[in-house]
Amino acid sequence: MSIQNIDNVTRRNFIGGVFSASAFVLAADLLPEIAWGDTSENHGKAAAAALKPSLYLGLEPDGTVYIVTHRSEMGTGIRTTLPMVAADEMEADWSKVKIEQAIGDERYGDQNTDGSKSIRGFFVPFRETGAAARLMLTRAAAAQWKVPESECSAVNHVVTHTPSGKKLGYGELAAAAGKLPVPKSSELKLKQRSEWRYIGHNAKDAKAIADLKDITSGKAVFGMDAKVDGMVYASIERPPVVGGKVQTVDAAEALKVKGVTQTVSLPAFTPPYTFQPLGGVAVVANSTWAAFQGRKKLKVEWNHGENATHDSERYKAELLETAKKPGKVVRNLGDVDAAFAKGKIVEASYYTPLLAHATMEPPVAIASFKDGKVECWVPTQNPQAVQDTVAKALGIKVPDVTCHVTLLGGGFGRKSKPDYVAEAAMISKQVGKPVKVVWTREDDIRFDYYHAVAGMYHKASLDEKGKVTGWLHRSVFPSISSMNDEKSLYGFNVEYGMGLNDMPFDIPNLRAENGPAKAHVRIGWLRSVANIYHVFSGLSFADELAHAAGRDSLEYQLELLGAGKVLNLNAQGVGEYWNYGESQDRYPFDTRRLRKVLEIAGEKSGWGKKKSGNGWGLGVAVSRSFASYVATVVEVEVDKAGKIRIPKTYMVVDAGTIVNPERAVSQFEGAAVMGAGIALTGEISLADGRVQQGNFHNYQVPKMHQAPIQTDVHLVENNELPGGVGEPGVPPFVPAFANAVFAATGKRVRDLPFSKAKLV
Amino acid sequence: MIKLKVNGRERSFDGDPDMPLLWYLRDELSLTGTKFGCGVGQCGACTVHRNGEAIRSCSTAMKDVAGKTVVTIEGLSAKGDHPLQKAWEQGNVPQCGYCQTGQIMQAAVLLKKIKHPSDKEIEDGMQGNICRCGTYQRIRAAIKTAAKEMA
Repeated sequence: MSIQNIDNVTRRNFIGGVFSASAFVLAADLLPEIAWGDTSENHGKAAAAALKPSLYLGLEPDGTVYIVTHRSEMGTGIRTTLPMVAADEMEADWSKVKIEQAIGDERYGDQNTDGSKSIRGFFVPFRETGAAARLMLTRAAAAQWKVPESECSAVNHVVTHTPSGKKLGYGELAAAAGKLPVPKSSELKLKQRSEWRYIGHNAKDAKAIADLKDITSGKAVFGMDAKVDGMVYASIERPPVVGGKVQTVDAAEALKVKGVTQTVSLPAFTPPYTFQPLGGVAVVANSTWAAFQGRKKLKVEWNHGENATHDSERYKAELLETAKKPGKVVRNLGDVDAAFAKGKIVEASYYTPLLAHATMEPPVAIASFKDGKVECWVPTQNPQAVQDTVAKALGIKVPDVTCHVTLLGGGFGRKSKPDYVAEAAMISKQVGKPVKVVWTREDDIRFDYYHAVAGMYHKASLDEKGKVTGWLHRSVFPSISSMNDEKSLYGFNVEYGMGLNDMPFDIPNLRAENGPAKAHVRIGWLRSVANIYHVFSGLSFADELAHAAGRDSLEYQLELLGAGKVLNLNAQGVGEYWNYGESQDRYPFDTRRLRKVLEIAGEKSGWGKKKSGNGWGLGVAVSRSFASYVATVVEVEVDKAGKIRIPKTYMVVDAGTIVNPERAVSQFEGAAVMGAGIALTGEISLADGRVQQGNFHNYQVPKMHQAPIQTDVHLVENNELPGGVGEPGVPPFVPAFANAVFAATGKRVRDLPFSKAKLV
Repeated sequence: MIKLKVNGRERSFDGDPDMPLLWYLRDELSLTGTKFGCGVGQCGACTVHRNGEAIRSCSTAMKDVAGKTVVTIEGLSAKGDHPLQKAWEQGNVPQCGYCQTGQIMQAAVLLKKIKHPSDKEIEDGMQGNICRCGTYQRIRAAIKTAAKEMA
């Protein structure tokens, strides 16, 4: 990484003139360290850019420190957490820190706030930027006092000359520091862990959530709340079947609605679907309500295309049937077939349906097309994808698209896909005004990039002591790769590396296979992605094996993990193990850490102290995802009517070094609730190619009484590199919950959601 | 012409009487603290007070607020310092924050009716308010904190 002090002109281009002429501004080149869910061309372009001022840390003469966050805030707290890192190393007084949200620009490096990788990717660059500022301020003070730099120290916005006791505030040093050469990385002295004042602390002086007061007072600006002068509103009637096209439109009645000004036709996408809009007919009006009303009066005839016969019930049967047959081998250790020739055989099939993201804020975007350029205001996880997608849709250049990032009312992966922004830009070009496209909840549920449906088959052999001698896991799902290749039938290493080819158990004979499945809806990624189905089936099956062996499930999972070691998956027939985009040297897969979280979860939950049954039970599951290790114990009560209550959940988390523990804990609390929703009621289904759900009455997400009443999160403290926190809580929750239901009722739920199962 | 009072101010409206209050607040008065979540009264993100009762503004027509007093999150307290808002801050309740104004408005009416709600009463009172990030346990705790302060 290189850090540079930059001039006035360049920096203004980036964040719109936040800094005064006499401010001291540092930019760091944040080369994207990991790539995920995005095209590799972005990274090439970032590396090729002449000037790469990817992070700004600026100090004004009045002492105000500005730190630019280039990642999106959707509830994880990252907008606060990354600046905490730089502020800590800078020894900045948090009360003097102001946070600026970056626009989309490839020179920031990777901005796709996805894959639980913001801290993994940017912890070091933000530390180094802060440390560079601290060193320059110290040098400026030393020069002014004509004393050796080594006699000066910078603490909490003040540089002190220790022998004389002289002090200078950071603001007073800004101008002089700005004139100094930027130190090389090798000159930087990062703080010791014991010296951290914000990183790893439950912030007292540093607020855990920068936008807290704005949120509670209703002042926070989400994408839905953004407004631009002269803006009009649009609501879009999209093809009810993916790939459908408009045949005829009769807009006469729509145009009679007061406030409706015109309609705009949007072309259907050219396969593969990528981030392109679905097409359809937009109704443009002078208010949101008028646009909604006008849209209801549209008469559109559709050519539905080849997905019009798609049916979830039939598709489910096909997936489960395919899972019974040999597939593409994605991991092969030992010889499972030989193992299956002996001992007790246990087998089971599992099914998980499509899921919608259902962010509380539906997709929404403002775009303004003017003089061949687009400016947009968007709740997006990926502003650079917005630039690319809008540029492609309008045939303009990427730098001619400016993307301002608002707060996001939830993301979960949906808002990485900017189809909704391209819609706004296309309509704006047609009407010659800024346009706000507002998705209704029905639009959101029916036109999502869905989390994949999956059919899975597990088979294992047990020896006479109940020890597993062989394990076969087959998984069949429409792949995310269908986004870029409509003929895609198989998954890819990202999906395999989420619980399929990285199953952590120490078993001599293991095989993982992936069977073919064609996508008939847009497939995307949702918080924790393929882990949802792989870990649900894998850890449910582990519980089934424990039961078959007459063993306690937690002890059995520990036994399956073995003594614990660093897994060398490449040597276990995996080929290229994805490892969440990280090198296995930096982020080894260490099953000792899994053992540890599992053992602690047993202690914290009082595992084994009370006998399960009669409508009460505990379930447990463990998983590593996004370079973090999580064990979850779920307590359930099932009443005589089959109604489930979750009084308590325990999550034990080893996510290595934690920057903002308070926000990390909240992510795991939230993951438990999302996991509960996936298990209890999460299901999108299609008939005649049309999504059957449309709003929260039939796509139910947990309410307060359905969610875990109390989730206790225990963070394991260590000095390991930071892992992810946004997603890793979801995967183990779902099987732990299913295992708890089994413990309470004796009913094994293999098909999600539970709402379809008869528990009593 | 529909006359109503919003956050203490007299207002008049002469548009579509069937338009939901939500869009009047958001598009015309720029009171965007009241959120659009579902449009059919299923999620509670749009909760405001009409004559002191919690209602879903997304499914309450303008004609049904004629002559009424409406309070939104912007009018709940002068400085964002209602005991519930303070409790929300103290407990770091929000994640994305989108549903929280609706949650606070709902909780405000709950506490007006029941000074010290039990867990069951909190669940019943808040069952119409969805939080997709899953902040429920903190919402529950914050309501209890605020109840203590208000007592």
